[in-house]
Amino acid sequence: MIPAAFTYKKAGSVDEALSLLAEHGDDAKLLAGGHSLLPLMKLRLAVPEVLIDLGGLRELSYVREEGDEVRIGALTRHHDLEHSELLQQQVPLLAHAAGTIGDPQVRHRGTIGGSLVHGDPASDLPAVALALDAVLVAQGPSGTREIPATEFFTDFFETALGEDELLVEVRVKKAPQQGWDFQKFTKRAIDWAVVGVAVAGQRVALVNMGPTPMRARGVEEALASGASPAEAAERAAEDTSPPDQAGASAEYREHLAKVLVRRALENAANRGA
Amino acid sequence: MQVSINVNGEQRSHEVEDRTLLVHYLREECGLTGTNIGCDTTSCGACTVLLDGESVKSCTVLAAQADGREVTTIEGLADGEELHPVQRAFQQKHGLQCGFCTPGMVMASVSLVEENPNLTEAEVRAGLEGNLCRCTGYHNIVEAVLTAAKEKQGAAE
Repeated sequence: MIPAAFTYKKAGSVDEALSLLAEHGDDAKLLAGGHSLLPLMKLRLAVPEVLIDLGGLRELSYVREEGDEVRIGALTRHHDLEHSELLQQQVPLLAHAAGTIGDPQVRHRGTIGGSLVHGDPASDLPAVALALDAVLVAQGPSGTREIPATEFFTDFFETALGEDELLVEVRVKKAPQQGWDFQKFTKRAIDWAVVGVAVAGQRVALVNMGPTPMRARGVEEALASGASPAEAAERAAEDTSPPDQAGASAEYREHLAKVLVRRALENAANRGA
Repeated sequence: MQVSINVNGEQRSHEVEDRTLLVHYLREECGLTGTNIGCDTTSCGACTVLLDGESVKSCTVLAAQADGREVTTIEGLADGEELHPVQRAFQQKHGLQCGFCTPGMVMASVSLVEENPNLTEAEVRAGLEGNLCRCTGYHNIVEAVLTAAKEKQGAAE
């Protein structure tokens, strides 16, 4: 399988990427690690006329401290998140979850920005960003703006990022003492999660339980009013609309969400200071 | 477009279509057919090669993305007649049955051992999650990787 023909452009800088985006608009797609986009292009589910490769933008690959935050360049690869000592110490949920994505080959290519912008409800990092209350920094022709993760995922594979914007940075609060956990259930190790759960403190987010990654607000409310992990987990499927497919029915996913939320909350409670 | 890629230590330059996948570039332009195409969907790992020393699935990388970089395929591992330690371990432990997944398994293992020679069996199994053996011959593959990892640890001491 090969993708439909396109014109390849390599961006040498963020400014060049933005001007290529302005020039080609709707006809263009941005290429980061390519591990979501290239498979879609091979299946002709995405047929961009122009592919703007961001792979050369080393300036967007970093993990660094800034006050009470850790700031992560959008082109930081899953492999680098997994092995970042700073993240392991300050935001262990993100380092751990990144290390469970796909397989080592995928983690050598895939990036945090690519994963978030793709907006796939079955991907791991969008739910992790929601649980961490991350702030996403978008850069466009008129400068940068901050978008809370809770406002970023708007619909199935749709995000709040403008067509002329590029995601440049992800900001998360340091929380070394906070209880956390990441659970996902897959049929094969490298598959997308049937259901996944990210927990950071009292925040809980779900993978693959609807058209977007989402916070489990019912569970969070229950925790806030003093419910035990087991009691709170009973509300895991509230306000969800999981996919109903041959391999996993909606009912099965609702059940699985409750099981995984309970496990994640119990593990998080054991980890918390 | 023109791509210039260092393949197995040799600088090569080819005119390719923009949409050319790295695996097709290696097999068809470079004639290096040791890299197999299995599933073609980033699942099976048969097409694994090293890009700047790290394992990648070459069915999901454009040749254009490898422009200016270094690629190592199974053909580039041995030093003349001298097999790479991972190749030697696969031979000694008989880490193969039909052999189709072997080039990808070996390349994924080279990357894995290079990153962390201090591997446990569980880490080897997790590290090879991206490579499928349809003969299900995993037992000896894992043995081979552990053997190669031990040899590398020994060399480092």
